[in-house]
Amino acid sequence: MAKVIILDERDNVATAMADIAAGEKISSGGGETVAAEEIPFGHKIALTFLADGAEILKYGESIGLAKGDIAQGACVHVHNVESQRGRGDRGASK
Amino acid sequence: MSEPGFWGYRRPDGSAGIRNHVAILAVMDSANGIVKSLSNLVRGTVAIPVWYGRGQFGNDDTVFRRAQVGLGTNPNVAAVLVVSLEKVSAEKVAGSIALSGKPVEHISVQDVGGTVEAIAAGMRKLLGMVSEASAQRPEWIPLSEMVLGVECGGTDTTSGVAANPAIGWVADRVVDAGGTVYLSEASEWMGAEQILARRAANEEVSDAIWAAVRRIEDSAIARGVDIRGANPVPDNIRGGITTIEEKSLGAIIKGGTTEVKGVLDYAVKAEGKGLYCMDTAAPAAESMTGLSAGGAQMILFSTGQMNIMGGLLSPTVKVTGNPRTAAKLADNVDVDVSPMLEDESLEEAGARLLDFSLQVASGRFTRAEMLHDEDIAISRFEPTV
Repeated sequence: MAKVIILDERDNVATAMADIAAGEKISSGGGETVAAEEIPFGHKIALTFLADGAEILKYGESIGLAKGDIAQGACVHVHNVESQRGRGDRGASK
Repeated sequence: MSEPGFWGYRRPDGSAGIRNHVAILAVMDSANGIVKSLSNLVRGTVAIPVWYGRGQFGNDDTVFRRAQVGLGTNPNVAAVLVVSLEKVSAEKVAGSIALSGKPVEHISVQDVGGTVEAIAAGMRKLLGMVSEASAQRPEWIPLSEMVLGVECGGTDTTSGVAANPAIGWVADRVVDAGGTVYLSEASEWMGAEQILARRAANEEVSDAIWAAVRRIEDSAIARGVDIRGANPVPDNIRGGITTIEEKSLGAIIKGGTTEVKGVLDYAVKAEGKGLYCMDTAAPAAESMTGLSAGGAQMILFSTGQMNIMGGLLSPTVKVTGNPRTAAKLADNVDVDVSPMLEDESLEEAGARLLDFSLQVASGRFTRAEMLHDEDIAISRFEPTV
């Protein structure tokens, strides 16, 4: 079982405390999550299916919204999460 | 000596330093060459060069001079030699620092006859100042007189899990002892300001926390730019940090858990004790200059991927929770709290960090001090004319 840290019980992502290989299992609260891909040390893994636009919760707070559907066990990072703060690029496009 | 404290240097204004520097302060960048030469020529001195310092106006000028005077009055400075091109600014800066009661001298390059004469005159003044300062003996100072800055740089996801919680534990002990803590880097409250605001002493402080973050966000929106790319920076992203919200939620942990007493502008000294937020820019040199100018004697600096920068006047303790950084960049690490990722408790790691910090406060050198990874950068707020 690979080592992860879940910082708050509301969280839907966990942080890898070691490199996790695709197919490795992690313990996530009550259940288990299988890594769908490699999760490098310090990066986040989805503990549930996260639909497009869902809030990504870490520390029990929103760290951004899912950009496209994120499968359980997938790596959650800049490629599939949108920050909601300091987005002057959006203000300008409106 | 049973109560926690450190061996420090009592100053005429009642504050206590953890170092006993004679500072050579450039009023503007034209004087940088002279202050650097002088610091190489006279042992026991530290050069404080600056960029800019002429043609600044309005709030930008006010903040710049406040920061310079704040650096001069930092408790770690025993005495100051002010070097300027001309007399008016030399007297103004020296006069403001002298209100603290510490010895201050000044030199105007134009009045003494150029670089060579300024260096000769500066050396003579410094010989007296360093001789006097070196005669001062440290005395036992209670932890209640500590003003501790907390800062992060080269953040990764271990920062919010290990290094920042350990620093926050120490911050709480300092506040509990009656001391003061400055939590800096306002852009790294963004996404976590609701947590800080909930801990605000009153509504005014809560409003000030929200307002400090809103100013940054409004500036991004007014200019039509996305702050991503500027923050989080590439090393944050490589270290697993995805958004500014995630970075901030981890970053504010280093301020501990106590009530937020107030929000300070850049380089402003707190009037009371307890935890204060200081509205500084996030990059390390700029932010730590604000902390030092606000009177911080020491800085605890959490780093995941490693930012090597230390405060020039405020000894800076590098704390990492990343075991790979602790191994690969060991030369730059003061305290490794990565065992927290395994089985070390917060209390154990925090107690180790507090013990090391008090040793630094009593004279033990930090890595950044020994390696000269230290510099000054005063934030700019308006264009120069």
